[in-house]
Amino acid sequence: MNYPTDVRYTKSHEWVRLEDGLAVVGITDYAQDALGDVVFVELPVPGKKYGAGEAVAAVESVKTASDIYAPIAGEVVQVNPGLEEAPELLNQSPYAEGWIFKLRPDNPADLEALMDAAAYQAFAESQ
Amino acid sequence: MAPFAGYLMPIQYSSITAEHLAVREGAGVFDVSHMGEFWVRGEKALDFLQYATLNDASKLKVGRAQYSMLPNEQGGVVDDIYVYRTGDQEYLVVVNASNIEKDWNHLQSLLGGFEADLEDASEHTGLLAVQGPKAAEVLQKLCDVDLSSKKKNDTFTATVAGKPARLARTGYTGEDGFEVFTEAGDVKAVWDALLEAGVVPCGLGARDTLRLEAGFPLYGHELTDETNPRCTPFGWVVKEHKEFYGKAALLAGGCDQVLVGLLLEQGIPREGYLVLFGGEAVGRVTSGTISPLLKKGIALAYVRSGAESGRLEVEIRGKTYPAQVVSPPFVGLK
Repeated sequence: MNYPTDVRYTKSHEWVRLEDGLAVVGITDYAQDALGDVVFVELPVPGKKYGAGEAVAAVESVKTASDIYAPIAGEVVQVNPGLEEAPELLNQSPYAEGWIFKLRPDNPADLEALMDAAAYQAFAESQ
Repeated sequence: MAPFAGYLMPIQYSSITAEHLAVREGAGVFDVSHMGEFWVRGEKALDFLQYATLNDASKLKVGRAQYSMLPNEQGGVVDDIYVYRTGDQEYLVVVNASNIEKDWNHLQSLLGGFEADLEDASEHTGLLAVQGPKAAEVLQKLCDVDLSSKKKNDTFTATVAGKPARLARTGYTGEDGFEVFTEAGDVKAVWDALLEAGVVPCGLGARDTLRLEAGFPLYGHELTDETNPRCTPFGWVVKEHKEFYGKAALLAGGCDQVLVGLLLEQGIPREGYLVLFGGEAVGRVTSGTISPLLKKGIALAYVRSGAESGRLEVEIRGKTYPAQVVSPPFVGLK
């Protein structure tokens, strides 16, 4: 299981990384492994604002459907267009090509309240 | 591993899709040793089964098997089962793992007055299901009986990978295949030999997607103590020409709801999702997934009687998606 140290983590198994002032969000390696074959990603419409913990997107695997929550408050400004054709990117490259959406954070400092890699790894392994 | 009926069961070994396709295109094996096995023996074993089950067990010749159900007094279903006639006065009844205790108590309560014995062999019986178009070919390499002479629903004894076994040309996937009963202690040797021969190990996830594509019910979802089997596509198991427990209630019961198959071009239906007709909720999905073969959403759902002829929709995360009513199976059965 891969736990990169350049992202922050939530208890609902999203990761978030700040890039050029935007918060890039995806699901963790642990999450994609638990979901199994991802077959569909329901993407949000850019321009909509979400509070922290609100359902923004949904990921469907053969096994189950799972909501993806906003790790921090912000406005969705971009979604990953590649996921429409290739939802399996979430399995193949969860931290890079499989990113799901980008938020313009209300407050970038909110990230600091999220777990770092070591804390998330301990959390995931206790599940 | 996931808890299931008191057992720790693998949901998947590699991936549900890969395992699913292995069974549709090649051969896969499921360890379903958790299922229950009851032996019914004695002079009146047949009379007892005729009374306790819905299908006509008198049609079974020695070496033949049939799908059936245990009715309750109210016309509902205690369990869906498979009945194998293994001897003149001997039958094997295979029941769902989650219902072993319930079925046992139920059958015991009906046994009085019949000269028959019941034995619960679940604990010491292992069961592997070898399924797929190549199942017979691969299993033949490990088996001393000519499998090509066996028809669907035949059952017979054989030696498999050096172990004594009872085989049946049955399964829960909609594909050709065999179920192999052995002593629990022999399961691992047979499993290892099958994997060695190239059979793909499959978990509960693929078992569920395969049975759903085949349109088979799963107890606790499509069939329950409250469901009348005549309101489902499996109503054919009810044989009205014979007497059975709860017959009057079962035949008197109407169908406020009927079980239908749903096919969605878009959206993946899941258990519990609402089925709508003209914006009004008329039912719920009992099992749903994406068909790995069709790459479309498929479901079984109970809907208000009459609604099945209308334009139905399924509500998925607040949006509605058109759902076409189809008769299961969703894919061609072999």
